[in-house]
Amino acid sequence: MGTRSVGMVENRYFDSVFLMAAARRISEQPGIENVAAVMGSDANKKVLEKMGFDPAALAEGTPTDLLIAIEGEKNAIEGILSNVDDWLKRPESRLGNKTAFSLEDAMTQQAESNLAVISVPGEYAAQEARDALERGLNVFLFSDHVSVEDELKLKQEARERDLIVMGPDCGTALIAGTGIGFANVVRQGPVGVVASSGTGLQEFTSLVHRAGSGISHGLGTGGRDLTDAIGGLSTLSAISALEKDPNTTVIAVISKPPGRETLDRVLERLHRCTKPVTACFLGMDEEAMPTDLQVHTTIDDAVKAALRLCGGDAPSIPGAAPEGLKALIAEQVSLFASDQCFIRGLFAGGTFCYQAQQVMKLSDVMVASNAPLPGMARLGSESAGNVFIDMGADEFTVGMPHPMIDATQRRKRIVEEAQDPTVAVLLLDVVLGYNASADPAGDLAEAIKEARELAATSGRQLAVVASVCGTDQDPQGLDVQEQTLRDAGAIVFPSNAQASRFALALHLKLLERGIDVDS
Amino acid sequence: MSERKPTTALFSDPLRVVNLGLSSFAETLRASRVPVIDVDWRPPAGGDAALIRIIDNLKSDDEHAWSATITAANEKAIEHLLSAEPHLIGIGIARDVVPGMTDRTLLHAGPPITWDAMCGPMRGAVMGGLIYERAASTPDSAAQLAASGDITFDPCHHHQSVGPMAGVMTASMPVWIIENVTAGNRAYCTLNEGLGQVLRYGAFGDEVISRLNWMQNELAPILSQAIEKHGPIDMRSLLAQALQMGDEGHNRNRAGTSLLIRELAPFLVRLSEPSESIARVLEFLHSNDHFFLNLTMPAGKCALDAAADIPGSSLVTVMARNGTQFGIRVSGTGDRWFTAPAPIVDGLYLPGFSAQDAAPDIGDSAITETAGYGGFAMAAAPAIVQFVGGTPQLALDTTHRMRSITMAESRSYQIPAMGFRGTPTGIDVLRVAETGILPAINTGIAHKEPGIGMVGAGLVTPPFSVFADAARALAESLGKQEKDQMAAS
Repeated sequence: MGTRSVGMVENRYFDSVFLMAAARRISEQPGIENVAAVMGSDANKKVLEKMGFDPAALAEGTPTDLLIAIEGEKNAIEGILSNVDDWLKRPESRLGNKTAFSLEDAMTQQAESNLAVISVPGEYAAQEARDALERGLNVFLFSDHVSVEDELKLKQEARERDLIVMGPDCGTALIAGTGIGFANVVRQGPVGVVASSGTGLQEFTSLVHRAGSGISHGLGTGGRDLTDAIGGLSTLSAISALEKDPNTTVIAVISKPPGRETLDRVLERLHRCTKPVTACFLGMDEEAMPTDLQVHTTIDDAVKAALRLCGGDAPSIPGAAPEGLKALIAEQVSLFASDQCFIRGLFAGGTFCYQAQQVMKLSDVMVASNAPLPGMARLGSESAGNVFIDMGADEFTVGMPHPMIDATQRRKRIVEEAQDPTVAVLLLDVVLGYNASADPAGDLAEAIKEARELAATSGRQLAVVASVCGTDQDPQGLDVQEQTLRDAGAIVFPSNAQASRFALALHLKLLERGIDVDS
Repeated sequence: MSERKPTTALFSDPLRVVNLGLSSFAETLRASRVPVIDVDWRPPAGGDAALIRIIDNLKSDDEHAWSATITAANEKAIEHLLSAEPHLIGIGIARDVVPGMTDRTLLHAGPPITWDAMCGPMRGAVMGGLIYERAASTPDSAAQLAASGDITFDPCHHHQSVGPMAGVMTASMPVWIIENVTAGNRAYCTLNEGLGQVLRYGAFGDEVISRLNWMQNELAPILSQAIEKHGPIDMRSLLAQALQMGDEGHNRNRAGTSLLIRELAPFLVRLSEPSESIARVLEFLHSNDHFFLNLTMPAGKCALDAAADIPGSSLVTVMARNGTQFGIRVSGTGDRWFTAPAPIVDGLYLPGFSAQDAAPDIGDSAITETAGYGGFAMAAAPAIVQFVGGTPQLALDTTHRMRSITMAESRSYQIPAMGFRGTPTGIDVLRVAETGILPAINTGIAHKEPGIGMVGAGLVTPPFSVFADAARALAESLGKQEKDQMAAS
C-alpha cells in the first residue's frame, strides 16, 4: 500500500470523459496504483474521501477546481503532481475546437442551430436545457440526475414551443442518418422509432439495418417519459413529428411498461396515428397487453413487426436456425458438471439487462438483479442463483466510466462469476457504435478466455453467450467484433433477445438434467 | 423568439448542433460532417448554488436580461463609458493638481494597503518615492519613515489617479492631466520611466532617483510646453489608431508612443529650449515603448469615473492590484472595494528569472481592460500573445471570450482582424459571476524583492471571488433600493 496525495488545479473545468482518460493515462505510470481526477464538487469529494483520501486535502476544492487524487509510491506521485499540466493536454488544441464560451455566444455564431446536445453535470443540465428551448433549440439531454419536476417543466415548455426534449438520461438519437450520442451507423429507411432507452434504440436500429431496411429518424425520450409523472410528453411529440415526416412509413415505440394513465394516452394516440404503428413494452405482463394493437415484449419482435408493416418483401432479421441451436444445446449439456446450471448476466446496456429478465420471466425463471423487473428479486450483496447485473447502473458509474466505454469492471466481474461452481452460463452484451469503446469485444476477450480456462481447470464447462449490438458500418466493424468474441470461445448472437433465449434454453436443459438425476 | 420552427424542422432542415458538455459528442458529430459549435462550458457562478439563485433573482421575466432597474442603470453607465472623450490637456505637479494630494501623502496602486502588508516591489517603490521627495536619505531611513505612521498611504484610485505596477505617486511628481470633455471630470497619472531599474517595479537606487529628477526638471517642463502649443490631444483618436497598428494599450504601446511623438515633434522643435534638451526628450520617448501606457491608463480612468456611482449598475469601474490584493469596484456599489489575494501572473520570464522570482500581480494598469482595451483588445495585438506562449488564434479567442462578459462594443476602438468590430467594453460583474468567465488581463511581472525590477510579462486571471462578492453586494443594494422606494412612496 502506497501513500495518498491530492493535487489541485484551480479554476479549470474539464468534462468527466476527458478526466477519466487523463486518470487512466496517469494510472498507467510505474509506481501509480490508483488515480481519480474529478472536479471538486461535494459529491466528488465524498467519493474521494471514501477512497481513503484525507478530507483536509480536499477541503479547498470547489466545483470549478480539478482534484487529482493519486495512490502509489511517493516519488511517482510527486513526479505526476509537479507536472500536472502535461497530463491535462488535449489531443488537439482546446482552442481549436472549443469555439464558443456560452450558449448565447454559440447562437450568435450559428444562428440556424436546431439542436442542443447537453451532457453537463445533472445539477446544471436543466438550466442549460431551458436556455436552449428558449432560444428555439430542440434538446438532446444526455445528463442524468435531473429531477422529475425539472423534466416535466422542460417538456411542458418544449411542447408550448413545438420542440422536443430527448432525455434526460437520453443516450442515443438518429436524426436523418446522423447519430447523436451512443449511436450505430445505420442506413436511412422507412422506419421511424421512439425509444425511452439508448441501448433499446441502438438494438432496434441495428437490427433494422441488419435486416436490410433502414431508419428515418430515431428519437430518445429518456427513461421516465412514459411514467405518469411525465405523461409521455416527449413520446407523444415524437410520434406526431414522425407522423408528419414524409420519410417515415412506419412508427415503432419502444419502452418499459408505461404508467397506467400514460399507457392509455399513448395507446389512444397510436390508434389515431395515420401511419402503421408497432410498440414494444419490455417487461409488460401478458395480461396487461392491449389486444387490439401490435404490442411486443422483445425488441426483435418489434423489429419484425415494423418490417412487416413496411410491406413489400419483408426483410428478416438475422438469427441462427432453431435446429442448429437445439443441436448446440444438446452438445453443450453433456459437458457441464452436475451442479452447474445458473446464468450470470453482466450487461453494459440497461435495456439488455431488462429484456433478458423479460425472456426469463416468460418461462417463469427467477432472476435476481440490481435493476429487477417487476416480480424479480433485488440482488443482495452476493451472487447466488441466476443473477443479471446492469453494470451501467449508478452504483458502478459514480466517478467511473460507463461499461460501454471502459470494460475494466466487467472484466473483473466475468472472472469472479466464473469461479462460482454453480454457474453454467455467462450472458454478455457488446455494444458498438460512435462514442463506445474502440474495441469492445477485444476489451472482454482476455477475460472471457480466462474465465473459461478457470472453469476448465476445475473440471467445469462454461458457456459464454454474447450478443453484439452493431452494424457493418460501425467504426468497430461488426464482423471483426463477432470474430474476436468467437475466437475467445463465446457463442455469438445477433441480438440480446436471441442470446437470452439460448441462455434460457441451456439453463432449462441443465435443470431438467438435474431433475432426471434426482428422480 | 423571432421564428418558431416545429420539431419536424429538425428532420427537414440540415442538422446544426450546439454541444454543451462531453467533447467526444461534438467530435463524432463533426466526423459526420454536421456543423457543431462546441461550447467551452463551465459550471455557472463557479458552481456556487446560492450565487446562482441570487443571480437568477436579478433577471427579468425573459431570463436572458437583467431586471428593469439593472438594465436602466447599466444603459446609463455604459453610455457614460462609451461616450467619454478623454483629452490630454497638460502636465501638472501632483501637489498642485491631484485632489487631496499633500507632501505627506503617498499614493499607490490597487486597493488600500498598509506598509506591513505591502509586497517587496511596493515597499521598494515607497522607499524610492520617499527618497525622491527627500523625506528620507537612505533606504533604511525611508523604510523606518514608511513604518512610522507619519506617511498617509492611499490608493491612486481614491484621488482620480492611476499608476502602473507599484503606482507610487508623490507630491513633487509631474503628472499627466486627462480631461473627459464629455462629463468634465479629470484623471491623473505619472509619466512612464521606461524599463529596467525603475521605481514602479520597486527599484530605488541612485539611477532611479536621478531619472525621476530629470523627468521632473527637464522632461515634464518641455513636454508640458509642447502640449500647450499643440492644444488638447484627443486620446481616443490616438488609441483608436494605435489599436489598428498592433497595440492593445496595455502590454504593447509601441504604436501609441510613436503616434504621440509624431503629434508632439513639430511643437517640441519649435520650443526655445536647447536642442540637446529636446533631443534628450525625444530619445527618452523613443527608447521607451511603454511611454504611452501612462496615457492609456488615465484615459480609461476618466472614462470609467464618469460611469461610477450609478445605483443598480453592475458595471465594473475599477480592477486594480497592489501586489498583495486584487480589488474591484462596481458602479452600483460605489466606493466599496471587493478584494482577494493577488494571483501570480502566467507568463514568460526574462532570461535568468523564473516564476519563483515573481511578485503577485500588481498595478492599476488593469484599468485598460476595465475600459475595454488591453487584454480585451488582444485580437488587435497578436504579437504579444507570445508572452503566454500563445498563437494569434489565442488573441482572437481572448477578445471573443470577453464579449460574453461585457455590455457593449466600443464605438471608437476597433479590431481590424474581427471585421473592425468594436472592442468588448464595460465588464458586467453579474455576467462574470454568472458565467465564471474571468476578465483577461495583460500585465508585466515584477520581481518579488524590492529594487530588482521587471522580470517578465504575461496574462493574469483575476480571482473569481471578488466578482462573486460584488454581485452579492449589488443584489443586496438592489433589495435595499427597493425597500427605500417603498418607504418613500
